Amino acid sequence: MDLENQKRVKDLTEEYGPENVVVLLGAAEGEASGIAAETVTAGDPTYAGPLTGVSLGLVVYHVCEDEVKEEFDPDVYDEQVSMMEMVLDIDEIAEEMQAIREEYTKY
Amino acid sequence: MSILDGKKVIVIGDRDGIPGPAIALCAESAGAEVIFSATECFV
Amino acid sequence: MKGAGYILVHTPDMITHYGTTQTSERIVNPESEYLKNIEANLRPYERVRAYYPNQTYIGNITPLELKEIEGPWQDLECPVDERYGKYGEIMPQDEFYLLIQAVDEFELVFLEKSFVEATKPKLEQDPIITPYVLGRIKEGVESERIDDMVASEDAEGLYMGDKLVGAVKKAHAFDPNLSAHVMVENLVSKASSALALMYAVKNAGIDRDEVEYTIECSEEACGDMNQRGGGNFAKGIAEIAELSRSTGSDVRGFCAAPAHAVLVAAGLVKAGIFKTVAVVAGGSTAKLGMNGKDHVKKGLPILEDVLGGFAVIISENDGVNPELNTDVVGWHSVGTGSAPQNVIASLTTDALDKVGLKVTDVDYYSPEMQNPDITKPAGAGDVPTANLKMIGALAVRRGDIDRKELNAFVEKHGLPGYAPTQGHIPSGVPFMGHARDGILSGEMNRVMIVGKGSLFLGRMTNLFDGVSFLMEPNSGPKEEAAGVSTDEIRRIIAQSLRDFASGLVEAGE
Repeated sequence: MDLENQKRVKDLTEEYGPENVVVLLGAAEGEASGIAAETVTAGDPTYAGPLTGVSLGLVVYHVCEDEVKEEFDPDVYDEQVSMMEMVLDIDEIAEEMQAIREEYTKY
Repeated sequence: MSILDGKKVIVIGDRDGIPGPAIALCAESAGAEVIFSATECFV
Repeated sequence: MKGAGYILVHTPDMITHYGTTQTSERIVNPESEYLKNIEANLRPYERVRAYYPNQTYIGNITPLELKEIEGPWQDLECPVDERYGKYGEIMPQDEFYLLIQAVDEFELVFLEKSFVEATKPKLEQDPIITPYVLGRIKEGVESERIDDMVASEDAEGLYMGDKLVGAVKKAHAFDPNLSAHVMVENLVSKASSALALMYAVKNAGIDRDEVEYTIECSEEACGDMNQRGGGNFAKGIAEIAELSRSTGSDVRGFCAAPAHAVLVAAGLVKAGIFKTVAVVAGGSTAKLGMNGKDHVKKGLPILEDVLGGFAVIISENDGVNPELNTDVVGWHSVGTGSAPQNVIASLTTDALDKVGLKVTDVDYYSPEMQNPDITKPAGAGDVPTANLKMIGALAVRRGDIDRKELNAFVEKHGLPGYAPTQGHIPSGVPFMGHARDGILSGEMNRVMIVGKGSLFLGRMTNLFDGVSFLMEPNSGPKEEAAGVSTDEIRRIIAQSLRDFASGLVEAGE
């Protein structure tokens, strides 16, 4: 994850409290989703950014996962995202996200 | 229990996946407050 | 569109010293394993030449031929490993350092004497390099002087492996916009774009004096602290390419800039303001090794080891060459938003609808042509294929094709990515040269070039951007071309045939 974005995630989590923060991702692939999710839960796996060694344990979903999708206004989702379901490998992404959440999410 | 309603949401979109602003609109439609939205670029 | 030039420069030692992934790592993690092992993960020049995507970029292999070769390509050996190609060349690092000096107007670049002596005869063998360019290369200085410059921190080094062979000095005592690092970036961009421009002029078969306007469209900024992006790389590049009748200016727009620049060029020509316009951009040192950490982690060599450059020549309708159809232009507007379906619609169907064309009426789409060998291990997927899937998915939503036909659509209308991840370089334009050939030979009828850009990286807007245009066969001499004599058309056809034949000979060698 971009170093500046890591810094913002860290600062905002401190400001609002980790239990109140949810991260939503839009990554193009399973692996990239997994790395981003790991960054905001266990810490930056690339050892490059401000979240290196910082385990925030945040709740994190990919925008195309069913759990969050059913909370969106269906019209908004249809207009903004739905076409990408034909493009992205949603199953692979969901699998990666699920694994990271089970292991590292604390809230 | 709702995941998003009443929560503070951080959006990390992807230029080659779903961009930040599109995700932010979805999050707001679920009753969340978007406190930060960014779009990443790998290329 | 009259012709194109495409060049690559293999710069393994600039990865470590100028690629931002590496320079950032040196700041935050100076002792990292990655930095220690960079050298072991670099490809030698011969491997870079025998790499399918690179040979496709310079025109010795067509994208349609590449499509038949299953990737990843990094472990394969391309049967064509020529330095020179139909559109340009793959220049080695040592000769490029001389070219950097040749484009320097302010005595900022110093090269070591014995290095110049050893390298200049090699560069002299390059047929595109003019006496004017060669004459600008200086004799060289003693190595102690170079060492001193770099040690005193007033200069950045140019290396061949561990050996310091040159230095680029800062151009101002303290202005960060003229620091040695920025000067390297800008001189590299200028040198690589000049090389591409010289090829484009030659390949278009035009006289240098025919070019009246040059548009540069990279992502670099040149200027000082009073005008950080003051610009006009274009004119400096035209000067090196000896386009003495050309003026020029720069177009910026992140990765989408080349597509914007081609549109501007087409507009200037169509309006009759200038008869012949060149569009050019050079390579970016900052992006070298951008995804290197991911590559090395996955046991791959650092694949972002080349700079890219391109140039295309747009001129008045000559009755022969492919046309840029300005009636079919797509653009992402402020109001389009960032939803992928709206973005893609604005760039494809909105434009095609204007003239009643369907998505399937376009033979090939050239969106962002990043090489998937580079992007897949970095988690960005296969970018051109993802773009094609989006276009196909949009067609499904509109009912133009059936959901079941989506994969077949992608296979039929898509192209493999073969451009280095040099930001603006992959964005649509790498295919223009091949598309010109394909249209001239009758193999292709309609090709859509799509440029997209991430404006939000500049922190001025959260908006995305993109423009697109259609390339089509020449519709025959129109009113604009009414003054062209039959002899002129014969001459143009003869020239095209000669270019084609010499391309065949070169490819066969």
